[in-house]
Amino acid sequence: MSGMAAVAGVGYTPFTRASGRSVLSLAAEAVANAVNDAGLRLDEVDGMGSFMLSDDSVPCVAVSSALGLGQLRTTLDLQLGGQAPCHLVWQAAHTVARGDARVVVVYRALNGRSGARVGSMRFAGMGGQYRYPIGYGAYLMYVGMWAQRFLHETGQGAEDLGAVAVGQRVYAQENERALRREPLSLDEYLAEPYVVDPYRRSDCTAEVDGACAVVVTSLERARDLAHPPAVVSSGCYRAGPRPGLDIGDHLLWEDYTRNYTSWLRDDLFGRAGVGPGDVDVAEIYDCFTSTVLMGLEGLGLCGRGESGAFVRSGACALDGRLPTNTGGGLLAEGYLHGMNTVAEAVLQVQGRGGPRQAPHHDVAVVTSGALMDGSAMILTTDR
Amino acid sequence: MSGLPAGPLPEPDLESAVWWDGLREHKILLQQCGECGRPRFPPLPSCPWCASATCHLMESPGHGTVYSYVTAHVPMSPGYETDLPYTVATVELAEGPRILGRVEPPTPVAVGDRMAPRFFAHPTWTELYFAPANAPADDPALAAADGGA
Repeated sequence: MSGMAAVAGVGYTPFTRASGRSVLSLAAEAVANAVNDAGLRLDEVDGMGSFMLSDDSVPCVAVSSALGLGQLRTTLDLQLGGQAPCHLVWQAAHTVARGDARVVVVYRALNGRSGARVGSMRFAGMGGQYRYPIGYGAYLMYVGMWAQRFLHETGQGAEDLGAVAVGQRVYAQENERALRREPLSLDEYLAEPYVVDPYRRSDCTAEVDGACAVVVTSLERARDLAHPPAVVSSGCYRAGPRPGLDIGDHLLWEDYTRNYTSWLRDDLFGRAGVGPGDVDVAEIYDCFTSTVLMGLEGLGLCGRGESGAFVRSGACALDGRLPTNTGGGLLAEGYLHGMNTVAEAVLQVQGRGGPRQAPHHDVAVVTSGALMDGSAMILTTDR
Repeated sequence: MSGLPAGPLPEPDLESAVWWDGLREHKILLQQCGECGRPRFPPLPSCPWCASATCHLMESPGHGTVYSYVTAHVPMSPGYETDLPYTVATVELAEGPRILGRVEPPTPVAVGDRMAPRFFAHPTWTELYFAPANAPADDPALAAADGGA
Protein backbone atom coordinates (compact mmCIF):
# COMPACT_ATOMS: atom_id res chain seq x y z
CA MET A 1 0.00 0.00 0.00
CA SER A 2 3.02 2.24 0.62
CA GLY A 3 2.96 5.21 -1.71
CA MET A 4 -0.43 4.59 -3.30
CA ALA A 5 -2.12 7.54 -1.64
CA ALA A 6 -1.19 11.17 -1.11
CA VAL A 7 -2.22 14.25 0.77
CA ALA A 8 -3.38 16.74 -1.84
CA GLY A 9 -4.34 19.81 0.15
CA VAL A 10 -4.66 21.45 3.54
CA GLY A 11 -7.19 23.82 5.07
CA TYR A 12 -7.34 26.00 8.13
CA THR A 13 -9.52 28.47 9.92
CA PRO A 14 -7.81 31.33 11.71
CA PHE A 15 -6.44 30.29 15.10
CA THR A 16 -7.84 32.54 17.82
CA ARG A 17 -8.36 32.70 21.56
CA ALA A 18 -12.12 33.19 21.26
CA SER A 19 -13.64 32.24 17.93
CA GLY A 20 -17.18 33.25 18.81
CA ARG A 21 -18.26 30.49 16.46
CA SER A 22 -19.58 26.97 16.78
CA VAL A 23 -17.14 24.08 16.45
CA LEU A 24 -19.23 22.84 13.53
CA SER A 25 -18.76 26.14 11.75
CA LEU A 26 -15.00 25.91 12.25
CA ALA A 27 -14.87 22.29 11.09
CA ALA A 28 -16.89 22.96 7.96
CA GLU A 29 -14.72 25.93 7.02
CA ALA A 30 -11.45 24.03 7.41
CA VAL A 31 -12.76 21.03 5.47
CA ALA A 32 -14.04 23.22 2.65
CA ASN A 33 -10.76 25.14 2.56
CA ALA A 34 -8.76 21.91 2.34
CA VAL A 35 -10.88 20.54 -0.50
CA ASN A 36 -10.62 23.83 -2.35
CA ASP A 37 -6.88 24.00 -1.71
CA ALA A 38 -6.45 20.58 -3.30
CA GLY A 39 -8.35 21.67 -6.39
CA LEU A 40 -11.21 19.28 -5.70
CA ARG A 41 -14.94 19.90 -5.39
CA LEU A 42 -16.90 19.30 -2.20
CA ASP A 43 -19.17 16.83 -4.02
CA GLU A 44 -16.14 14.61 -4.61
CA VAL A 45 -15.62 14.05 -0.88
CA ASP A 46 -16.83 10.57 0.06
CA GLY A 47 -15.01 9.91 3.29
CA MET A 48 -14.11 11.71 6.53
CA GLY A 49 -12.18 11.12 9.70
CA SER A 50 -11.82 13.10 12.89
CA PHE A 51 -11.14 12.85 16.60
CA MET A 52 -12.22 14.45 19.82
CA LEU A 53 -11.64 14.34 23.55
CA SER A 54 -14.57 14.30 25.94
CA ASP A 55 -16.96 15.39 23.18
CA ASP A 56 -15.13 18.64 22.49
CA SER A 57 -15.80 18.43 18.74
CA VAL A 58 -18.33 17.43 16.12
CA PRO A 59 -18.59 14.08 14.32
CA CYS A 60 -18.04 13.53 10.62
CA VAL A 61 -21.74 13.22 9.88
CA ALA A 62 -22.35 16.71 11.25
CA VAL A 63 -19.74 18.22 8.97
CA SER A 64 -21.13 16.27 6.03
CA SER A 65 -24.56 17.66 6.81
CA ALA A 66 -23.35 21.23 7.19
CA LEU A 67 -21.53 21.08 3.86
CA GLY A 68 -24.30 19.31 2.00
CA LEU A 69 -22.04 16.45 0.95
CA GLY A 70 -23.33 13.41 -0.88
CA GLN A 71 -22.95 9.92 0.49
CA LEU A 72 -19.94 9.11 2.66
CA ARG A 73 -18.35 5.74 1.97
CA THR A 74 -16.33 5.85 5.17
CA THR A 75 -16.24 7.77 8.43
CA LEU A 76 -13.99 7.30 11.41
CA ASP A 77 -14.61 9.25 14.61
CA LEU A 78 -12.03 8.52 17.28
CA GLN A 79 -12.10 9.34 20.98
CA LEU A 80 -8.45 10.27 21.08
CA GLY A 81 -6.30 13.33 21.43
CA GLY A 82 -3.07 14.12 19.69
CA GLN A 83 -2.35 10.45 19.03
CA ALA A 84 -4.87 10.47 16.20
CA PRO A 85 -3.87 12.63 13.21
CA CYS A 86 -1.22 10.43 11.56
CA HIS A 87 -3.26 7.36 12.50
CA LEU A 88 -6.33 8.78 10.73
CA VAL A 89 -4.43 9.94 7.65
CA TRP A 90 -2.82 6.50 7.39
CA GLN A 91 -6.25 4.85 7.63
CA ALA A 92 -7.54 7.26 4.99
CA ALA A 93 -4.62 6.32 2.74
CA HIS A 94 -5.51 2.64 3.12
CA THR A 95 -9.13 3.42 2.35
CA VAL A 96 -8.39 5.20 -0.90
CA ALA A 97 -5.72 2.64 -1.85
CA ARG A 98 -8.31 -0.13 -1.46
CA GLY A 99 -10.80 1.86 -3.51
CA ASP A 100 -13.32 2.01 -0.67
CA ALA A 101 -13.49 5.78 -1.04
CA ARG A 102 -11.86 8.32 -3.34
CA VAL A 103 -11.47 11.53 -1.38
CA VAL A 104 -11.17 11.40 2.40
CA VAL A 105 -10.85 14.51 4.53
CA VAL A 106 -9.32 14.30 8.01
CA TYR A 107 -9.97 17.22 10.33
CA ARG A 108 -9.70 18.44 13.91
CA ALA A 109 -11.94 21.26 15.11
CA LEU A 110 -12.39 22.66 18.59
CA ASN A 111 -12.88 25.73 20.69
CA GLY A 112 -9.86 24.64 22.66
CA ARG A 113 -9.32 27.96 24.36
CA SER A 114 -12.76 29.50 24.86
CA GLY A 115 -14.55 26.16 25.32
CA ALA A 116 -13.50 22.90 26.98
CA ARG A 117 -9.74 23.07 27.57
CA VAL A 118 -7.84 19.82 27.36
CA GLY A 119 -5.22 21.20 29.72
CA SER A 120 -7.61 20.98 32.64
CA MET A 121 -10.06 18.38 31.30
CA ARG A 122 -10.91 15.39 33.48
CA PHE A 123 -10.63 12.26 31.40
CA ALA A 124 -13.11 9.45 31.90
CA GLY A 125 -11.70 6.11 32.96
CA MET A 126 -10.64 3.95 35.86
CA GLY A 127 -7.36 5.79 36.38
CA GLY A 128 -8.78 9.16 37.38
CA GLN A 129 -9.55 8.16 40.98
CA TYR A 130 -5.80 7.97 41.71
CA ARG A 131 -5.03 11.38 40.15
CA TYR A 132 -7.73 13.96 40.52
CA PRO A 133 -8.26 13.77 44.31
CA ILE A 134 -4.56 14.54 44.97
CA GLY A 135 -4.22 17.54 42.65
CA TYR A 136 -2.59 15.56 39.84
CA GLY A 137 -5.20 16.69 37.40
CA ALA A 138 -3.72 18.37 34.35
CA TYR A 139 -2.27 16.93 31.18
CA LEU A 140 0.84 19.03 31.47
CA MET A 141 1.58 17.43 34.84
CA TYR A 142 1.53 13.98 33.23
CA VAL A 143 3.88 14.92 30.41
CA GLY A 144 5.96 16.85 32.94
CA MET A 145 6.26 13.71 35.07
CA TRP A 146 7.82 11.97 32.08
CA ALA A 147 9.98 14.98 31.25
CA GLN A 148 11.49 15.14 34.73
CA ARG A 149 12.59 11.52 34.55
CA PHE A 150 13.75 11.90 30.94
CA LEU A 151 15.93 14.90 31.77
CA HIS A 152 17.33 13.12 34.81
CA GLU A 153 18.22 9.90 33.01
CA THR A 154 19.63 11.53 29.90
CA GLY A 155 21.55 14.24 31.74
CA GLN A 156 19.68 17.12 30.11
CA GLY A 157 18.02 20.16 31.57
CA ALA A 158 16.32 23.52 31.28
CA GLU A 159 18.67 24.82 28.55
CA ASP A 160 17.71 21.83 26.41
CA LEU A 161 13.98 22.38 26.83
CA GLY A 162 14.52 26.08 26.29
CA ALA A 163 16.39 25.53 23.04
CA VAL A 164 13.27 23.89 21.61
CA ALA A 165 11.01 26.79 22.62
CA VAL A 166 13.46 29.41 21.38
CA GLY A 167 14.09 27.69 18.05
CA GLN A 168 10.45 27.15 17.24
CA ARG A 169 9.64 30.78 18.00
CA VAL A 170 12.03 31.75 15.19
CA TYR A 171 9.90 29.76 12.76
CA ALA A 172 6.70 31.24 14.16
CA GLN A 173 7.83 34.69 13.09
CA GLU A 174 7.41 33.45 9.51
CA ASN A 175 3.97 31.94 10.17
CA GLU A 176 1.06 34.36 10.14
CA ARG A 177 -1.21 31.71 11.69
CA ALA A 178 0.94 31.38 14.79
CA LEU A 179 -0.40 32.68 18.08
CA ARG A 180 2.98 33.32 19.63
CA ARG A 181 5.12 35.23 17.16
CA GLU A 182 7.14 37.43 19.49
CA PRO A 183 10.84 36.49 19.60
CA LEU A 184 12.08 34.55 22.60
CA SER A 185 15.65 34.40 23.86
CA LEU A 186 17.05 31.66 26.05
CA ASP A 187 17.59 34.18 28.86
CA GLU A 188 13.95 35.26 28.61
CA TYR A 189 12.91 31.63 28.66
CA LEU A 190 14.98 30.86 31.75
CA ALA A 191 13.59 33.95 33.49
CA GLU A 192 10.02 32.70 33.13
CA PRO A 193 8.61 31.28 36.37
CA TYR A 194 7.64 27.63 36.48
CA VAL A 195 4.10 26.65 35.66
CA VAL A 196 4.70 23.07 36.70
CA ASP A 197 8.37 22.27 37.28
CA PRO A 198 10.04 21.33 34.87
CA TYR A 199 7.83 23.43 32.56
CA ARG A 200 7.72 27.17 32.13
CA ARG A 201 5.07 28.97 30.10
CA SER A 202 7.02 28.69 26.86
CA ASP A 203 7.39 24.92 27.29
CA CYS A 204 3.64 24.58 26.90
CA THR A 205 1.45 24.66 23.83
CA ALA A 206 -0.89 27.60 23.25
CA GLU A 207 -4.50 26.42 23.47
CA VAL A 208 -6.59 27.83 20.62
CA ASP A 209 -9.93 27.86 18.92
CA GLY A 210 -9.79 26.72 15.34
CA ALA A 211 -9.80 23.88 12.86
CA CYS A 212 -7.44 22.23 10.43
CA ALA A 213 -8.01 19.61 7.73
CA VAL A 214 -6.10 17.62 5.13
CA VAL A 215 -7.36 15.85 2.00
CA VAL A 216 -6.25 12.31 1.12
CA THR A 217 -6.75 10.78 -2.30
CA SER A 218 -5.02 8.31 -4.58
CA LEU A 219 -1.56 9.26 -5.77
CA GLU A 220 -2.76 8.96 -9.34
CA ARG A 221 -5.53 11.47 -8.73
CA ALA A 222 -3.31 13.74 -6.68
CA ARG A 223 -0.91 14.12 -9.60
CA ASP A 224 -3.60 16.00 -11.53
CA LEU A 225 -4.55 18.38 -8.73
CA ALA A 226 -3.50 21.84 -7.63
CA HIS A 227 -0.26 21.03 -5.79
CA PRO A 228 2.48 18.41 -5.95
CA PRO A 229 1.35 15.32 -4.02
CA ALA A 230 2.65 14.64 -0.51
CA VAL A 231 2.94 10.88 -0.90
CA VAL A 232 1.94 8.85 2.15
CA SER A 233 4.93 6.56 2.15
CA SER A 234 4.28 4.88 5.48
CA GLY A 235 2.24 5.23 8.61
CA CYS A 236 2.20 3.59 11.96
CA TYR A 237 0.18 3.60 15.17
CA ARG A 238 1.62 2.14 18.31
CA ALA A 239 0.57 1.62 21.89
CA GLY A 240 3.47 0.22 23.85
CA PRO A 241 2.98 -2.48 26.50
CA ARG A 242 0.68 -1.64 29.42
CA PRO A 243 -0.36 1.77 28.07
CA GLY A 244 -2.63 2.46 31.03
CA LEU A 245 -6.28 2.72 31.93
CA ASP A 246 -6.98 6.04 30.22
CA ILE A 247 -5.21 8.92 28.52
CA GLY A 248 -3.85 10.26 31.81
CA ASP A 249 -2.83 6.98 33.47
CA HIS A 250 0.74 5.84 33.02
CA LEU A 251 1.52 4.03 36.25
CA LEU A 252 2.13 0.73 34.47
CA TRP A 253 4.36 2.23 31.77
CA GLU A 254 7.85 1.01 32.47
CA ASP A 255 10.09 3.71 31.03
CA TYR A 256 9.10 7.39 31.15
CA THR A 257 12.15 8.27 29.05
CA ARG A 258 10.88 6.48 25.94
CA ASN A 259 7.46 7.11 24.43
CA TYR A 260 5.62 5.44 21.53
CA THR A 261 8.12 6.84 19.00
CA SER A 262 10.73 4.36 20.25
CA TRP A 263 8.25 1.53 19.71
CA LEU A 264 7.10 2.40 16.18
CA ARG A 265 10.40 3.62 14.71
CA ASP A 266 11.48 0.40 13.02
CA ASP A 267 8.08 -0.29 11.46
CA LEU A 268 7.68 3.33 10.36
CA PHE A 269 10.99 3.56 8.54
CA GLY A 270 10.94 -0.06 7.40
CA ARG A 271 7.61 0.32 5.61
CA ALA A 272 8.86 3.45 3.86
CA GLY A 273 12.18 1.93 2.89
CA VAL A 274 14.11 4.87 4.33
CA GLY A 275 16.11 5.43 7.47
CA PRO A 276 16.35 8.25 10.00
CA GLY A 277 19.36 9.60 8.11
CA ASP A 278 17.22 10.13 5.00
CA VAL A 279 14.80 12.53 6.70
CA ASP A 280 14.92 16.11 5.41
CA VAL A 281 12.20 17.67 7.56
CA ALA A 282 10.75 16.65 10.93
CA GLU A 283 7.45 17.74 12.41
CA ILE A 284 7.48 16.34 15.95
CA TYR A 285 4.37 16.54 18.12
CA ASP A 286 5.06 19.22 20.68
CA CYS A 287 2.32 19.82 23.19
CA PHE A 288 5.37 20.45 25.39
CA THR A 289 9.04 21.01 24.59
CA SER A 290 10.14 17.71 26.10
CA THR A 291 8.17 15.66 23.58
CA VAL A 292 10.29 17.12 20.79
CA LEU A 293 13.47 15.95 22.51
CA MET A 294 11.96 12.54 23.25
CA GLY A 295 10.67 12.23 19.70
CA LEU A 296 14.01 13.13 18.11
CA GLU A 297 15.68 10.46 20.22
CA GLY A 298 12.88 7.93 19.89
CA LEU A 299 12.89 8.10 16.10
CA GLY A 300 16.67 7.82 16.00
CA LEU A 301 17.07 11.27 14.43
CA CYS A 302 19.79 11.84 17.01
CA GLY A 303 21.40 9.72 19.69
CA ARG A 304 20.06 8.90 23.13
CA GLY A 305 20.58 11.87 25.42
CA GLU A 306 21.80 14.02 22.54
CA SER A 307 18.59 15.75 21.52
CA GLY A 308 19.19 18.90 23.53
CA ALA A 309 22.67 19.35 22.13
CA PHE A 310 21.26 18.57 18.69
CA VAL A 311 18.71 21.38 18.95
CA ARG A 312 21.20 23.78 20.55
CA SER A 313 23.64 23.16 17.69
CA GLY A 314 21.14 24.70 15.27
CA ALA A 315 20.43 21.39 13.55
CA CYS A 316 16.67 21.97 13.75
CA ALA A 317 16.76 25.49 12.28
CA LEU A 318 15.90 26.25 8.68
CA ASP A 319 19.57 26.21 7.69
CA GLY A 320 20.35 23.21 9.88
CA ARG A 321 20.59 19.63 8.80
CA LEU A 322 17.08 18.72 10.01
CA PRO A 323 14.61 21.61 9.99
CA THR A 324 12.11 20.70 12.70
CA ASN A 325 8.67 22.05 13.59
CA THR A 326 8.92 24.59 10.84
CA GLY A 327 5.61 26.33 11.54
CA GLY A 328 6.50 27.03 15.14
CA GLY A 329 4.80 23.83 16.22
CA LEU A 330 1.97 23.43 18.65
CA LEU A 331 4.06 25.53 21.04
CA ALA A 332 3.81 28.66 18.93
CA GLU A 333 1.31 28.08 16.14
CA GLY A 334 -1.34 26.67 18.43
CA TYR A 335 -2.76 23.46 19.84
CA LEU A 336 -4.77 21.83 17.06
CA HIS A 337 -3.77 18.49 18.59
CA GLY A 338 -1.29 17.67 15.88
CA MET A 339 -3.57 18.09 12.89
CA ASN A 340 -1.62 21.26 12.10
CA THR A 341 1.60 19.31 12.64
CA VAL A 342 0.55 17.02 9.79
CA ALA A 343 -0.57 19.95 7.66
CA GLU A 344 2.81 21.66 8.12
CA ALA A 345 4.57 18.47 6.99
CA VAL A 346 2.35 18.43 3.89
CA LEU A 347 3.15 22.08 3.09
CA GLN A 348 6.87 21.38 3.43
CA VAL A 349 6.83 18.30 1.20
CA GLN A 350 4.74 20.20 -1.35
CA GLY A 351 7.29 23.01 -1.29
CA ARG A 352 4.74 25.54 -0.09
CA GLY A 353 6.49 26.66 3.09
CA GLY A 354 7.24 30.14 1.78
CA PRO A 355 9.79 31.96 3.97
CA ARG A 356 10.03 28.92 6.24
CA GLN A 357 10.42 26.34 3.46
CA ALA A 358 13.11 23.74 4.15
CA PRO A 359 15.64 23.65 1.29
CA HIS A 360 15.49 19.87 1.09
CA HIS A 361 12.03 18.37 1.47
CA ASP A 362 11.90 14.98 -0.22
CA VAL A 363 11.34 13.03 3.00
CA ALA A 364 9.41 14.32 6.00
CA VAL A 365 8.58 12.53 9.23
CA VAL A 366 5.61 13.65 11.29
CA THR A 367 4.42 12.35 14.65
CA SER A 368 1.17 12.48 16.62
CA GLY A 369 1.10 12.01 20.36
CA ALA A 370 3.23 12.43 23.45
CA LEU A 371 3.24 9.45 25.77
CA MET A 372 2.21 5.78 25.74
CA ASP A 373 0.52 5.67 22.36
CA GLY A 374 0.68 7.67 19.19
CA SER A 375 1.20 7.52 15.48
CA ALA A 376 3.57 8.76 12.81
CA MET A 377 3.98 9.01 9.05
CA ILE A 378 6.64 9.36 6.43
CA LEU A 379 5.58 11.75 3.66
CA THR A 380 7.66 12.07 0.52
CA THR A 381 7.70 13.97 -2.71
CA ASP A 382 6.48 12.04 -5.78
CA ARG A 383 9.78 10.35 -6.53
CA MET B 1 1.01 20.57 55.78
CA SER B 2 -1.76 23.07 55.37
CA GLY B 3 -4.26 20.21 55.30
CA LEU B 4 -4.60 18.26 52.10
CA PRO B 5 -7.22 19.77 49.85
CA ALA B 6 -10.80 18.92 49.23
CA GLY B 7 -10.76 18.31 45.52
CA PRO B 8 -12.73 15.71 43.61
CA LEU B 9 -13.45 12.64 45.71
CA PRO B 10 -12.15 9.23 44.67
CA GLU B 11 -14.82 7.17 42.96
CA PRO B 12 -13.98 3.58 43.86
CA ASP B 13 -14.99 0.88 41.40
CA LEU B 14 -15.33 -2.87 41.78
CA GLU B 15 -11.60 -3.32 41.29
CA SER B 16 -10.40 -0.51 43.53
CA ALA B 17 -12.77 -0.62 46.49
CA VAL B 18 -10.39 -2.81 48.48
CA TRP B 19 -7.57 -0.29 47.92
CA TRP B 20 -9.56 2.59 49.33
CA ASP B 21 -10.90 0.46 52.18
CA GLY B 22 -7.32 -0.50 53.02
CA LEU B 23 -6.11 3.09 53.14
CA ARG B 24 -8.84 3.88 55.63
CA GLU B 25 -7.10 1.41 57.96
CA HIS B 26 -3.66 2.75 56.99
CA LYS B 27 -2.95 -0.38 54.97
CA ILE B 28 -1.41 -0.35 51.52
CA LEU B 29 -2.95 -3.38 49.84
CA LEU B 30 -1.53 -4.43 46.49
CA GLN B 31 -2.85 -7.13 44.22
CA GLN B 32 -0.31 -9.88 43.67
CA CYS B 33 -0.71 -12.23 40.72
CA GLY B 34 -1.45 -15.81 41.69
CA GLU B 35 0.40 -17.12 38.64
CA CYS B 36 3.52 -15.04 38.02
CA GLY B 37 3.69 -13.49 41.47
CA ARG B 38 4.08 -9.89 40.35
CA PRO B 39 2.46 -7.26 42.55
CA ARG B 40 0.59 -4.58 40.66
CA PHE B 41 -0.99 -1.14 40.89
CA PRO B 42 -3.51 0.15 39.99
CA PRO B 43 -5.94 -2.68 40.77
CA LEU B 44 -6.94 -4.63 37.67
CA PRO B 45 -9.15 -7.64 36.98
CA SER B 46 -6.17 -9.56 35.61
CA CYS B 47 -2.39 -9.46 35.60
CA PRO B 48 -0.92 -6.92 33.14
CA TRP B 49 2.06 -9.22 32.61
CA CYS B 50 0.55 -12.72 32.33
CA ALA B 51 -3.22 -12.01 32.12
CA SER B 52 -4.01 -14.40 34.95
CA ALA B 53 -7.23 -13.54 36.73
CA THR B 54 -6.12 -15.13 39.98
CA CYS B 55 -4.63 -12.85 42.55
CA HIS B 56 -4.42 -12.23 46.25
CA LEU B 57 -3.74 -9.17 48.34
CA MET B 58 -0.39 -8.37 49.86
CA GLU B 59 0.28 -5.56 52.29
CA SER B 60 3.13 -3.23 51.41
CA PRO B 61 4.95 -1.21 54.05
CA GLY B 62 4.80 1.60 51.49
CA HIS B 63 8.48 2.44 51.33
CA GLY B 64 9.99 3.35 48.01
CA THR B 65 11.98 5.82 45.96
CA VAL B 66 11.04 8.77 43.78
CA TYR B 67 10.83 7.61 40.16
CA SER B 68 9.77 11.08 39.04
CA TYR B 69 7.89 14.13 40.26
CA VAL B 70 6.31 17.41 39.25
CA THR B 71 5.83 20.57 41.27
CA ALA B 72 2.81 22.72 40.52
CA HIS B 73 3.38 26.45 40.89
CA VAL B 74 0.07 27.63 39.42
CA PRO B 75 -3.40 26.19 39.99
CA MET B 76 -3.94 23.16 37.77
CA SER B 77 -7.45 22.39 38.90
CA PRO B 78 -9.99 24.03 41.21
CA GLY B 79 -9.58 23.39 44.92
CA TYR B 80 -5.79 23.38 45.13
CA GLU B 81 -4.99 27.10 44.96
CA THR B 82 -4.03 27.40 48.61
CA ASP B 83 -1.57 24.51 48.44
CA LEU B 84 0.79 26.02 45.91
CA PRO B 85 3.45 25.12 45.29
CA TYR B 86 2.95 21.40 45.81
CA THR B 87 4.70 18.29 44.55
CA VAL B 88 3.23 15.04 43.26
CA ALA B 89 5.70 12.17 43.14
CA THR B 90 5.61 8.87 41.33
CA VAL B 91 6.99 6.59 44.02
CA GLU B 92 8.36 3.19 43.07
CA LEU B 93 7.59 0.90 45.96
CA ALA B 94 10.19 -1.62 47.08
CA GLU B 95 7.81 -4.34 45.82
CA GLY B 96 7.88 -2.87 42.30
CA PRO B 97 4.61 -1.06 41.59
CA ARG B 98 4.55 2.71 41.21
CA ILE B 99 2.07 4.87 43.09
CA LEU B 100 1.24 8.56 42.96
CA GLY B 101 1.25 10.67 46.06
CA ARG B 102 1.69 14.21 47.29
CA VAL B 103 4.95 15.05 49.02
CA GLU B 104 4.07 16.61 52.36
CA PRO B 105 5.12 18.66 54.11
CA PRO B 106 6.40 20.54 51.05
CA THR B 107 9.98 19.36 50.61
CA PRO B 108 12.32 19.50 47.66
CA VAL B 109 12.73 15.98 46.32
CA ALA B 110 14.93 14.43 43.65
CA VAL B 111 14.76 11.31 41.56
CA GLY B 112 15.90 8.40 43.69
CA ASP B 113 15.03 9.92 47.08
CA ARG B 114 13.76 7.40 49.63
CA MET B 115 10.20 8.03 50.71
CA ALA B 116 7.95 6.78 53.49
CA PRO B 117 4.16 6.57 53.49
CA ARG B 118 1.84 8.81 55.46
CA PHE B 119 -1.94 8.86 55.72
CA PHE B 120 -4.34 11.77 55.89
CA ALA B 121 -7.96 11.30 56.83
CA HIS B 122 -10.35 13.34 54.73
CA PRO B 123 -13.97 13.29 55.85
CA THR B 124 -14.92 10.42 53.54
CA TRP B 125 -11.63 8.90 52.38
CA THR B 126 -8.04 8.46 53.40
CA GLU B 127 -5.20 9.81 51.30
CA LEU B 128 -1.83 8.14 50.94
CA TYR B 129 0.96 10.68 50.68
CA PHE B 130 4.69 10.52 51.10
CA ALA B 131 7.39 12.16 53.16
CA PRO B 132 11.15 11.85 52.81
CA ALA B 133 12.16 8.65 54.59
CA ASN B 134 14.34 10.55 57.04
CA ALA B 135 11.50 12.83 58.12
CA PRO B 136 10.22 12.26 61.66
CA ALA B 137 7.11 10.09 61.52
CA ASP B 138 5.39 12.02 64.27
CA ASP B 139 5.90 15.58 63.12
CA PRO B 140 3.51 17.49 65.39
CA ALA B 141 2.31 19.70 62.54
CA LEU B 142 1.44 16.63 60.52
CA ALA B 143 -0.23 14.91 63.41
CA ALA B 144 -2.36 17.99 64.04
CA ALA B 145 -3.38 18.15 60.40
CA ASP B 146 -4.20 14.48 60.32
CA GLY B 147 -7.50 15.03 62.01
CA GLY B 148 -6.65 12.44 64.65
CA ALA B 149 -7.13 9.54 62.26
